[in-house]
Amino acid sequence: MSSALDQIFVHLKGWLLFLIAGAPSWLIQIVSSLINIVAVLAVFLTLFALISVLERKILARMQNRYGPNRVGPFGLFQPIADGIKMLIKEDIVPARADKVVHFLAPVILAAIAILTLGVIPYGRNMTPFTINGGILFFFAVGSVTELAVFMAGWASNNKFSMLGAMRAIAQMFSYELPLIIAVLPVVMVVGSLVPDRIVAAQGGYTLGVVPRWFVFTPWGATAFLLFFVSGLVESNRTPFDVPEGESEIVAGHMTEYSGFKYATFFMAEYLGMFAVSGLAVTMFLGGWRAPLGVLEFVPSYVWFFLKLSALLFVYIWLRATLPRTRVDQMMNLAWKFMLPMAFTCVIAAAVWHYAGRGLRGWLWALLVIVVVYSALSVLLDTRGKFARRIYRFAE
Amino acid sequence: MTPTLQAFLIVSAGLFSIGLLAALSRRHAIFILIGIEMMLAAANLNFIAFWHFAPPPHPSTGVMIAIFSIAISAAEAAVGLAMVIAVYRHYRTTNVDQFNQLKG
Amino acid sequence: MNSVAFVIIAIFTLAAALAAATLPNLMHAALCLVLALLGLASFFFLLGAEFVGLVLVFIYVGAVAVLIVFTILLTGRDSREHRGFNWSGVVIALAVFGCLTWAILKAQSLTIVPPHIRALTVRQIGQVLMAGYVWPLQCVGVLLTAALIGALVLVLEEKR
Repeated sequence: MSSALDQIFVHLKGWLLFLIAGAPSWLIQIVSSLINIVAVLAVFLTLFALISVLERKILARMQNRYGPNRVGPFGLFQPIADGIKMLIKEDIVPARADKVVHFLAPVILAAIAILTLGVIPYGRNMTPFTINGGILFFFAVGSVTELAVFMAGWASNNKFSMLGAMRAIAQMFSYELPLIIAVLPVVMVVGSLVPDRIVAAQGGYTLGVVPRWFVFTPWGATAFLLFFVSGLVESNRTPFDVPEGESEIVAGHMTEYSGFKYATFFMAEYLGMFAVSGLAVTMFLGGWRAPLGVLEFVPSYVWFFLKLSALLFVYIWLRATLPRTRVDQMMNLAWKFMLPMAFTCVIAAAVWHYAGRGLRGWLWALLVIVVVYSALSVLLDTRGKFARRIYRFAE
Repeated sequence: MTPTLQAFLIVSAGLFSIGLLAALSRRHAIFILIGIEMMLAAANLNFIAFWHFAPPPHPSTGVMIAIFSIAISAAEAAVGLAMVIAVYRHYRTTNVDQFNQLKG
Repeated sequence: MNSVAFVIIAIFTLAAALAAATLPNLMHAALCLVLALLGLASFFFLLGAEFVGLVLVFIYVGAVAVLIVFTILLTGRDSREHRGFNWSGVVIALAVFGCLTWAILKAQSLTIVPPHIRALTVRQIGQVLMAGYVWPLQCVGVLLTAALIGALVLVLEEKR
């Protein structure tokens, strides 16, 4: 019974494909891909609508107010109202803008976010697209984001847009390194770039209680934190929303966008956030695996989306809690602290592997990380004094 | 019908020639770099095509050389663009015809 | 691997490359270069070298293209000043293309039927890279470090 519930969507797809069983194989392949695409789009666009209203409600609760509660029960139909509002707004394109690039930028951003969602395993046998090197695909496609943001900033022909795009690229470039290097230890330990294998490697329980997720090893916990913070930066969320800090540069690269194009940017940002969180769940939090042996009767996709929601809640929580960082502080953090720590994770994972992956390896890995962390804290300690800001202008 | 090795080589030759065109006929330094990148990419396509059509023992040399050449072209692009910026600071232009002195 | 996909990708790649080489606006040219490289990456996918295709997208589109675009901005918008186009370059490029095509079409050994594709997995690439190609790998590492430092030194503000 539980396995039937677990595989219900897989069976549903198999049944749909059975309807066209007589068709040539290429048609079946195309239909199969289309079903996957429709499923991913349906699930994540619904989640986007839900999160956009939940975020406002949670933020409101944390700030002692109600938040949207007029449209529908508990204000849950708010996204529909927002969507209609965005659709009927005038679409303004600046006269001196580069029309084609200006139009393409939000489209490319949204397309990238959807593509990256395609390689994440959402449940047992529920990976939309399995390719040999899924993690690399994620990052290769994700790296196009910078170009799309740049296109938006440049094509708008606006100072604020340009400044926002420059800031966005600077921070995305800096944080892409820790993001990718934090993934390396997992890839090393599993020996595969396929997300399904990574989830499979995290099965089982130590002593029958603690699941073998990578986040429960010292290197995994460190890498997870690094990955999470870098993911915050990559999706331009507070406290790292420097590129679109509305008190400094209007809305950054989105300044000259209105109506549905602006909504597309908004959607791409949220989808990107889902993708990064989904990858974090896959890499460090055991993907769709249950946290306890007795809870394995709950379908796998439920666990995946529970973990995803927990991470998304932390995103919203951080937004309600932390103020925006300064650009130079962010860069210092990335290059002086996060990058060395990410490399330390790689070394600690190797130590953990060669010390036998048991308690001994656990302690040795912890030692490596603590030593490097202490050394970095001593080296980077400014004793409460901050150096003068030095401006170096690009000419 | 599947494309033969010849087809891939002709596409690669076309890409190379277009890169050559960009490198030879444009005055802007960045265009020249774009042209060089295109020529290197065409060479990569050749490596991969020859690897794919190699006879049975199927050595992975082509793939390896392509990977190394991608890494090297990344280094080349970084240094080349840094040079463009450095030269721009001196001459206030990126037109290669005006870079006609060795003295700064 | 079928020829329909081949023809589509070939036309796409060559058109984007031609646009990158001839468009007057530098930024458009850089974006067309990205399109051409994406076409090239899909060629790699077609040929069964997924890993190299992904690396190509990752490095060229993610890093080199952004670098080019950044440089275009840092060097100001003076792409309009010199529209000069050297027509002898066209002649030379056409001549090179003609020679290459003639040579390729003449060579009899190139009309090979594609052998059975044995996909090269990432694991195999890693093993080969760590076994037979360790020294080239180290050299590339040194080269990249040197290039990084060299680029930094070049663009750092000069002492006046």
